[in-house]
Amino acid sequence: MRPAAQILTALAAGLTFGLGLALSGMLDPARVRGFLDVTGAWDPSLAFVLAGAVSVSALGYAVSRRLRAPAFESRFAIPSGRRIDRPLVLGAVLFGAGWGLSGFCPGPAVAALSTGLVPVAVFVAAMLAGMALHRLATRPSGLGSAPTSAPAR
Amino acid sequence: MGPYLPSLAGGVLIGLSAVMLLLLNGRIAGVSGLVAGLGRRPDRRWLADLAFVAGLILGPPAFAALSGHWPEMRIVASLPVLALAGLLVGFGTRLGSGCTSGHGVCGLARLSPRSIVAVLTFLASGVVTVFLARGLLG
Repeated sequence: MRPAAQILTALAAGLTFGLGLALSGMLDPARVRGFLDVTGAWDPSLAFVLAGAVSVSALGYAVSRRLRAPAFESRFAIPSGRRIDRPLVLGAVLFGAGWGLSGFCPGPAVAALSTGLVPVAVFVAAMLAGMALHRLATRPSGLGSAPTSAPAR
Repeated sequence: MGPYLPSLAGGVLIGLSAVMLLLLNGRIAGVSGLVAGLGRRPDRRWLADLAFVAGLILGPPAFAALSGHWPEMRIVASLPVLALAGLLVGFGTRLGSGCTSGHGVCGLARLSPRSIVAVLTFLASGVVTVFLARGLLG
């Protein structure tokens, strides 16, 4: 494991990700909502973002299967779960609702913090609060009562 | 060339980012997970995750420096709606273990059944939400 190399890699990967978002149109909430507005004035162009990203990413996974370990770490940390459970589906429903309401998902919202726009900061602050709320609700001894929708861990 | 080529090229860059993180650091480029992970006690991966988020935030200014203009951003939702949406996105992505990047870009690429279900679900939920919001809010 090489910490300095990992940090530089992560910085470069984050920068590439942010550049890609800016170029792709994903930073524009009105366009994201246009992409989701399939029954109205549908703008399909953002499907090309996902198509481009998934294609390139799939090549990376194909290569990773032939490697014993990544370059700067002792092993790959890839989720291995296959179970389709209620938290997965319910979480995706809630996320999709927030995505449709705002036109923001986490990557573009965090990247857009650099614009200094107040609405972006409000969204990201609320998003961090939502993440903290989930952490509290699923903590074993959290909030004094058993969580209703926490996955068994 | 229309909006399709920049969108495709931007997607390719996002894919390259995921490949770098995977083949060099062995990590998934899932933004919601990386951001939420910054709230944990710092471990040996914490600094790298922070570096990714810092790079992500530097992306739009880097784009502006290279292209001569900031990317277009039209925020239509009001502040209360943005706050509600942020809560839903934050809680929902933790409960569902990922967002557009982790389930979308990385999960679909390795044909994870969980990610395929998650992506179809949040796309459907987003489409229904936009449809309802258009009907209610005009």
